[in-house]
Amino acid sequence: MSKPKVAWYWCASCGGCEESFVDLAEKLLDVFGAVDIVFCPVAMDYKKEDVENMPDKSITVSFINGGVRLEEHLEMVKLLRRKSDIVVAYGACSSWGGIPGLANLYNVKEIIDRKYKEVPTVVNLNNITPREETEVDIDGYRVKLSLPRVLDRLYPLDQVIDVDYYIPGCPPTSEVFWNALNILLSGELPPKGSILGAGSKSLCDTCPLNETKPDKLELTELKRIANTIPKLDECLLAQGYICLGPVTRGGCGALCINANMPCTGCFGPLDGIIDYGGKAASYIASIISYDELEELEKVYDSIPDWVGILYKYYLAASKLGGRIRRKKEVVKDG
Amino acid sequence: MGDRYEPIIVVFACNWCSYAAIDLAGTSRLHYPPNVRVIKVMCSGRVDPQFVLEAFADGADGVIVAGCHPPADCHYQNGNIKALRRFTLFKRILARLGIEKERFRLEWISASEAKKWVEVVNEMVNELRKLGPLKNRVEVRRLVEA
Repeated sequence: MSKPKVAWYWCASCGGCEESFVDLAEKLLDVFGAVDIVFCPVAMDYKKEDVENMPDKSITVSFINGGVRLEEHLEMVKLLRRKSDIVVAYGACSSWGGIPGLANLYNVKEIIDRKYKEVPTVVNLNNITPREETEVDIDGYRVKLSLPRVLDRLYPLDQVIDVDYYIPGCPPTSEVFWNALNILLSGELPPKGSILGAGSKSLCDTCPLNETKPDKLELTELKRIANTIPKLDECLLAQGYICLGPVTRGGCGALCINANMPCTGCFGPLDGIIDYGGKAASYIASIISYDELEELEKVYDSIPDWVGILYKYYLAASKLGGRIRRKKEVVKDG
Repeated sequence: MGDRYEPIIVVFACNWCSYAAIDLAGTSRLHYPPNVRVIKVMCSGRVDPQFVLEAFADGADGVIVAGCHPPADCHYQNGNIKALRRFTLFKRILARLGIEKERFRLEWISASEAKKWVEVVNEMVNELRKLGPLKNRVEVRRLVEA
């Protein structure tokens, strides 16, 4: 029997997911022994035509990382869906939009203006912005160049194609990937929609600082790692840092906590949560110990970007999917 | 008359105070607009911000969370305080997500305040009529597969 065929594709992503694959180190040899990698733009020179020429369903598993932001991504993921038996959303961006999903707070024009005109370090005297088509002279020939269209917003993978499994994390640790790969190769496939490689317990449950968490958390202030340094060896929530461990899936090995950083939620929601940010807000707010509106407002004022913190990896998959825009809305963010 | 925009308002009302007030409004034959869809919960502290997001995503134009007056009216001692803490924060998130502040209200309505209930509903319906429907992105969320 021939080896299972694996494809590896990236959409709007940073390359960190590929990194987690490379981090397998010596185990990579086992991976190459067990599967054939048939498509992997980050490392191998195959083109879209090569995938098109494969028979339908001939790829056993496609791992797709990154959110769907360009028409090119859309085309490729639909193609891979057709050619693959199993499609796995790999990493936070692909599963819920990830950090690029926070761009759903803005429309395409705002993003392009910001990036190409407004950023203080950008000098763009001729106001040049990317266009879908442009004509240039190359060696005396008039050549038309084109770029893929930017979609109206960033879509998590399962909003554009059918997704069989999810591997969480930003990026998934190589251990999580290894576990997931073993599950997929074992032939005993879990039900569709399962999260592979991570547990079902919360990060808090597996946190090395869990013992130092008081039974009842009562916070009188919220601190930020931007301007204070957390104490070692004490529950970060108890210290007043917004740690999302209680609502986040564990399985990451508490990497951030071990580096003295609060959890930002990259392993996504626990089972049963329908909107990660809503749940996180509910949790954090309920442990603020004030009972008066004014005092509460003061505490909440101390954090400048609540959506950025509570929806860091989840905005595109949230109930509202991003900022809702209505006609005539003046573009100004509070 | 028929094509006038009618906003839909989802109301989470606590069993002990606000729902009793809504009942009282009915038995007292007070009139209020039929735009509300009332869901009884045991306590305003039970209402998770996720429920509110789901209501908006499913087509509500406005949401009211109603409970007993703070500090001490809550049947469960401090459920209303939990609601206050949660929704004070949650209002900030809604604002950032582009939901106008008129679309979400946290109201304290005691069992005897049927009149207040009627006022709140009247006021909100008028405000939402002016705002118009919440054109929800969720409808267009899933790109159609080719």
